[in-house]
Amino acid sequence: MSPQGRLALTVGGLAALLVAVAAAALFLGSAAISPRGVIGAVAGRAAAESVESVVILSIRLPRIAVAALAGGALAVAGVAFQALTRNPLAEPSVLGISGGAAFGVVIGQSLGLGLTVVEAVGLTGFAFAGALLAAAAVYLIAAAGRGVIQIQTLLLAGVIVGIFSASAITVIISLLDFNRLGGVIHWLLGNVAPIPPGALGLFAILLGAGFGLVLRHARELNLLALGEESAQQLGLNADRLKLTIFTGAALLTASVVAFAGPIGFVGLVVPHMLRMLLGPDNRLLVPTSLAGGAIFLLVADTVARSIVAPAELSVGVITSFCGAPFFVYLLRTRYRGLM
Amino acid sequence: MTPLVEFRAVGFAYPGAGRSRARPFRLTSVSFAIEPGEIVGVIGPNSSGKTTLIRLLTRVLEPVEGEIALEGKRLQNWGRAELARRVAVVPQGVPREFPFTVEELVLMGRYPHAPGRYFENPADVSAARAAMDATGVRHLASQALASLGGGETQRAVIARALAQEPRLLVLDEPTAHLDLRYQAETAALLRRLNRERGVTILLVSHDLNLAAEVSDRLLLLAEGRLVRLGTPDEVLEESTLTAVFGCEVTVEKSPTTHRPHVQLVWPDGRR
Repeated sequence: MSPQGRLALTVGGLAALLVAVAAAALFLGSAAISPRGVIGAVAGRAAAESVESVVILSIRLPRIAVAALAGGALAVAGVAFQALTRNPLAEPSVLGISGGAAFGVVIGQSLGLGLTVVEAVGLTGFAFAGALLAAAAVYLIAAAGRGVIQIQTLLLAGVIVGIFSASAITVIISLLDFNRLGGVIHWLLGNVAPIPPGALGLFAILLGAGFGLVLRHARELNLLALGEESAQQLGLNADRLKLTIFTGAALLTASVVAFAGPIGFVGLVVPHMLRMLLGPDNRLLVPTSLAGGAIFLLVADTVARSIVAPAELSVGVITSFCGAPFFVYLLRTRYRGLM
Repeated sequence: MTPLVEFRAVGFAYPGAGRSRARPFRLTSVSFAIEPGEIVGVIGPNSSGKTTLIRLLTRVLEPVEGEIALEGKRLQNWGRAELARRVAVVPQGVPREFPFTVEELVLMGRYPHAPGRYFENPADVSAARAAMDATGVRHLASQALASLGGGETQRAVIARALAQEPRLLVLDEPTAHLDLRYQAETAALLRRLNRERGVTILLVSHDLNLAAEVSDRLLLLAEGRLVRLGTPDEVLEESTLTAVFGCEVTVEKSPTTHRPHVQLVWPDGRR
């Protein structure tokens, strides 16, 4: 089948699956609401102040939206970072970029920034700055005087920057007012809590911008896999491409960290599962990762909030429980030869 | 006739060279021209400037002195994609981190023809298939590159370069990791591409005998300088090669092709 056909078929399938998963998530939760009640609330037939209406429209629906946006953003960022670093194991959290963004967000939060639209812009700004800082640090550590960055070196540099960011976050948290501590910790574990409509809109816009930047250059990301010099000899401006893709991927990571916290491994699990299905062509992986990431995080979050109901787990816990073994599997099997 | 490529007193030095390297590499006042339809071989010892020459020609590096012209127009005035439609490079192998198939690789060669296109169009696909036919890898189209042997990989990479439909094909050590049979195949393939498609070829090689067999003219570099430029007979002289490579060689005529054939005189360890 032509790549166009495969893309259309996969995107169609994933979109249908996303709708099904989102619908299922709407019916599941700790508050006992009958299916009829859910449908009534969605259709706007429930009274505005009723339990159904509040739970469905103000809690479950926004939460589903945050999970879908965050999952899609992280998966696309994963594909982008993998192509950019020519390292199939790269991913925002493994590279330390999420950690840097989280450090930025914690600073923003300690300054009192919340999730009104204006403050959310500030918070994302802090996250973006943190992501840039972490990326610069990873690059400087990994490149250290040599032109070619080895896969191991890059991963190690990412781990080091991640640990450093975590320590820096701990310092700021230690200085925080005790009453604000709970919220920050909750966020830091990676949580797709419902956010206000304004912030949700901003999140969607940032996701659209980051996704657009990566999608527009998906074909060029394939060339980058040949090495920078070969890509240039094929007519590509490699420096400009790297900067564009990096900006897009950092924007995606930063917005997820600002609105849902540092959720790990989505950018690793989803692109690799899609690679097994579709091969390495980024023109197929970028759009399908958007849908695939949304599905993955939505399922993970639904599990997180129902498995120990009425208590809840952080979604970051679920993704790490899936992602860490998957990372080890990839390391021990598919990429053994590259290590 | 305008030369296809012209180097006019080109000089180059890596920035910061001299601080980090024991012997700073530089290219000094290199001038030569490649005529359309020729096969020119570039030979010389390690770090004589062979790879730098390719990087300058493809604008991966910019010269510090002098200028390079393609079809009479200065290289700086060519757009990157425009340049890639004229000059295609066959590098020494392909990275294997991502398991692209042969066809996917060859289709990448179509990028400079329409950089804005998301998917290749049917014309791109038929150009890629023609390129795969030319190097005999069409039957491997759906195979992952990582599953191919050295010779097949090489032909797939050459097909990718041909898909660019270039006027000049530049090969960087095309036989470096190939055994004898594939070396012979590569030489035959290059001659055929040159004869049947009129592709001009710049062949950078450590293998003096391959270069002598395939090339119309040879360009001998040493320590960033152009030492000799001429027919294989003119360039491959015992005294010149002994001086440039720092070891003793003998040059004989091949009985079958009448091209010069270089042999190393192995140092006798017993004395």
